[in-house]
Amino acid sequence: MAVKKFITGNFYEEAVLFPAVKKTRRAGYKIHDIFTPFPIHGLDKAMGLRDTSLHTAGFIYAISGTATAVGFITWALTVDWQINFGGKPFFALPAWIPITFELTVLFAAVGMVLTFCYLCQLAPFVKKDHFNLRSTDDTFVMVLECTDKTNEADAMSFLQSLGASEVQVQYKETGWWLGRYDKDTKRFERKAEVAAQ
Amino acid sequence: MSIREQFIIPKRYKTFSIALMVIGLLTIVGLYVTHGSKSDAHEQSRFWGSLLHNSVYFLLITNAVMFFICATTLAWGGWQMSFRRVSEAISTCVPVIGAICGAILLLICFNDSHVLYHWTDSKVVEGDDILTWKKGFLNKTFFVGWTLFTIVAWSLLGWKMRKMSRELDNNPLPSKEAGKKYIWKNTVWAAIYIVVFALTVMSSIPWLWLMSIDAHWYSTMYSWYTFASSFVAGMSLLALFIIYLKNNGYLEYTNEEHLHDVGKFMFAFSIFWTYLWFSQFMLIWYSNQPEETTYFKPRAQGVWSGVFWLMFIINFIAPILLLMKRGAKRNYTTVTFMALLIIFGHWLDFFQMVHPNSSPNHVPMLLWDFGIALGFVGLIMFITARALSRSSLLAKNHPFIKESLIHHT
Repeated sequence: MAVKKFITGNFYEEAVLFPAVKKTRRAGYKIHDIFTPFPIHGLDKAMGLRDTSLHTAGFIYAISGTATAVGFITWALTVDWQINFGGKPFFALPAWIPITFELTVLFAAVGMVLTFCYLCQLAPFVKKDHFNLRSTDDTFVMVLECTDKTNEADAMSFLQSLGASEVQVQYKETGWWLGRYDKDTKRFERKAEVAAQ
Repeated sequence: MSIREQFIIPKRYKTFSIALMVIGLLTIVGLYVTHGSKSDAHEQSRFWGSLLHNSVYFLLITNAVMFFICATTLAWGGWQMSFRRVSEAISTCVPVIGAICGAILLLICFNDSHVLYHWTDSKVVEGDDILTWKKGFLNKTFFVGWTLFTIVAWSLLGWKMRKMSRELDNNPLPSKEAGKKYIWKNTVWAAIYIVVFALTVMSSIPWLWLMSIDAHWYSTMYSWYTFASSFVAGMSLLALFIIYLKNNGYLEYTNEEHLHDVGKFMFAFSIFWTYLWFSQFMLIWYSNQPEETTYFKPRAQGVWSGVFWLMFIINFIAPILLLMKRGAKRNYTTVTFMALLIIFGHWLDFFQMVHPNSSPNHVPMLLWDFGIALGFVGLIMFITARALSRSSLLAKNHPFIKESLIHHT
């Protein structure tokens, strides 16, 4: 949770954005993130992001769903309360497969949704700073993080040379906070205070 | 373009495929001498069962590749266009294997000892209420007519689809409008094929060709289950040919992104097959009615249980564990291994569909069947390579080709 200094630029075309990402990485700038209104194929690869670990989480949830279902039904129907269903054995595995399957899917689905929300820091009343509201509409916003080695003027002219428009310096909160946008004005007031540091 | 567009059949490949075909023929002759020529109906059904098992299986999996072409055409899926010629080449096997399979089916149908298809014996049918009741569907006239129609329709529609694709090679489409028209024409023919496919492989044909061996028993799920089996094996066959061509420096524009999607089909349809297999099994197991359990009793509990469960492990447990990871579907070695395993697994599945009825207490020696299977493999290799070498490996004028070149999974 810290307010940091960023340089942002807008792109309008994928064909401009992709070479720009490549050149920015090669030039050694630190790309904080790129905000786009829709998923762009191949952008994650171009940015060098690692694969998401959501799959692994999903697999673990699914296996625990399977284990829960098989474990509980086995205990209930063979140990705790044996019932004779049409002469079938108490351990009637085929009959349990549908429920096992359902529980596997349920655990995987619910677990993955919650994990996804956690990874994206999405929850009711959780708020994050925006760099440019138009990234939810029609532009791709590339955000460079300024480190202590970044020369601000150089970085800005570099972004402009790549075809970015509305290049600007922004101070933004990188973490999240609980609140409401219409009542919470504090975040936007802190800009000057940080800039003064 | 500097890419290698023209497939040249390596000499070793050709020799190998011919050798396999010779092995197949020798096995058939051997099996005929040891079993088929005997007067005993049980021995004869061993011979005809092996021929039926192999010819139907390899016909259905090559035809499943044409289904793949038509289904993706219908869905306007452009991603498969970079290896479209490979699918087309495999589907050229349909007329040839179709002719072989048709001949075998007719010979079984008009066999004097009425092996395998007991319903062809009018004396048996007369004294049998169930078979009398089924006479409207299980009779020789309908069997012959529908079998011939099916094989001819698959061959002709497949030929039409391939012809439309090859037409573009030397005459590029002049305009966007012409492209739209071309796609529409493809869509219509693919739709006709899918309708024929739905009426044959997805419903009546497995009932007629395979389920009628156990003529008293019935399952509406059977055809879907057979279709799933043939489709997943067909996708594996496609993957094998793609990898073979890639390894020999062809198909520059096909990469692990395309292989990933083919691998997804192999993975997903293995699960789909299990779903159908289990749905069929569980309902019968649960209701436990004698006329329904007759099918599973010799298979799941008798001497066949080894084959039955081995097939289940190969076709379900192995794909779900080994093909689940993204990396596995993009790895040539894993996909090759899994494709071979899946093709063998579903071949085993067809084996236990055909034989237990005539041989419930004894599993016939697999080696004979395997020899015949090698013959068909050789045939598929031979025909596919010939078809590949006859036209460009890249459908370069197809309107969707770019979508395939930049495909990204």
